[in-house]
Amino acid sequence: MQSITLTVNGKSYTRDVEPRMLLVDFIRNALGLTGTNIACDTSQCGACTIHMDGMAVKSCTVLAVQADGADITTIEGLATNGHLHPMQQAFWDQHGLQCGYCTPGMIMAAAKLVENNPGITEAEIRHGLEGNLCRCTGYQNIVKAVAQAAAAGS
Amino acid sequence: MYPPKFDYYRANSIDEAFALMGQLGDAKLLAGGHSLIPALKLRLAAPSALIDIGRIGELKGISRNGSTATIGALTTHATVAAASDLPAALTEAAGWIGDPQVRNRGTVGGNIAHADPASDLPTVLTALGATMNMRGLNGARSVSADDFFIDLFMTALGEDEILTSVDVPVDGAGTAYAKLFNPASRYAIVGVAAKVSVSGGQCTSARVALGGLTPSAVRAPSVEAALVGKALTADNIAAAAAQVGGDLDDVMGDIHASEEYRRAMAPIYVQRAVSKAAERAG
Ligand SMILES: Cc1cc2nc3c(=O)[nH]c(=O)nc-3n(C[C@H](O)[C@H](O)[C@H](O)COP(=O)(O)OP(=O)(O)OC[C@H]3O[C@@H](n4cnc5c(N)ncnc54)[C@H](O)[C@@H]3O)c2cc1C
Ligand code: FES
Ligand code: FES
Repeated sequence: MQSITLTVNGKSYTRDVEPRMLLVDFIRNALGLTGTNIACDTSQCGACTIHMDGMAVKSCTVLAVQADGADITTIEGLATNGHLHPMQQAFWDQHGLQCGYCTPGMIMAAAKLVENNPGITEAEIRHGLEGNLCRCTGYQNIVKAVAQAAAAGS
Repeated sequence: MYPPKFDYYRANSIDEAFALMGQLGDAKLLAGGHSLIPALKLRLAAPSALIDIGRIGELKGISRNGSTATIGALTTHATVAAASDLPAALTEAAGWIGDPQVRNRGTVGGNIAHADPASDLPTVLTALGATMNMRGLNGARSVSADDFFIDLFMTALGEDEILTSVDVPVDGAGTAYAKLFNPASRYAIVGVAAKVSVSGGQCTSARVALGGLTPSAVRAPSVEAALVGKALTADNIAAAAAQVGGDLDDVMGDIHASEEYRRAMAPIYVQRAVSKAAERAG
């Protein structure tokens, strides 16, 4: 067992973990934050995307011990004071989801993608979301949602 | 999926990493973890311990000394992709690795130490004539990219050595990378990197490297010889690219692409890489 201390959605946690525990399992099982999903578990689909020290990463491909000292945001930490993050609002407005399984990861990846890039093009959005797979929507409404949030300066 | 059990140690300096390596038997270095963690989950690797070098500051970042850029082993693909003064072949290849999340964690050193035949950086660094710098308990040494990549997942790096940095010549030649993507993982099914210099309308030097095709990245001497001394017109480039079969002994076939398909794609991607490099050579 190894003791780690990290900040998740603004709150500090100290826990003992097995070195082999994946960060996504730590977030879901040790902290009970089940908004972050596991889908492929093979680093391909992006359902497990979170922000670690300001960068979008796949939490199924990071060990919890590697995140010792890190500042993490999960989908639960994106809304502020009861107001949806512009990217969450845009997915709602544009109906950027069907089953919703890919959505937390999609929103976390997209939020970083449009940061400081209000004029992002459709091609850049599609290229920037290559690490996130959706089996339902066909991506059209996801791309529209990301463009809306970018224009809103999210 | 859970990786097998291992002990975990974090090294905060290169010296600490060597001390741990000396002390632990069957340990593996952990950099960005984006090749090693998937391999652990699939139980393709089961080291008794991991030595996390991911936070060693002295192994991070890009510096410039005259016409050589030195890239620290722990520099991420995202950092390389965003760099403004590296050869175009390298920044474009780094920007096409996997996806943004992979590029935020994966490192240059991990990519070339792992030497996956479908990786992009071994191919690009071979074409650019890069030099790999490594340190072991018995001191430091450097190996050219031509001699570094030996075989499938096999490099000149010793078990007790750490790759510390890569030196890349920045000399104004035109460089480019052309890649046939695996549609799922984004790894290269075929990757070709080219570096050409042009003077008086003629190609004065050419380095072309092939990846994804053979067990490790290789040069394409037949293509290079067919380019040097010629004007880099579309016809001459196509004729040189057609020579690539002569540079390919042992072409891989797997579930992603057959040997025949890879062989058929090779000249097309050679042509694309050389044409773009020629445009950039001005
Ligand atoms: C979904 C996905 C898509 C990908 N797509 C691509 C792609 O398109 N193109 C591509 O090129 N790569 C791709 N990769 C691989 C990615 O680039 C990896 O990050 C890289 O190959 C390994 O770097 P790392 O820092 O993650 O190394 P790690 O996984 O930490 O280590 C890999 C190996 O190298 C050793 N090692 C690491 N650093 C050093 C060092 N400094 N000295 C000595 N040994 C060291 C480790 O011990 C280990 O054996 C992809 C990966 C994923 C998960
Ligand atoms: S669950 Fe992490 S990438 Fe699919
Ligand atoms: S909405 Fe179902 S996977 Fe994307």
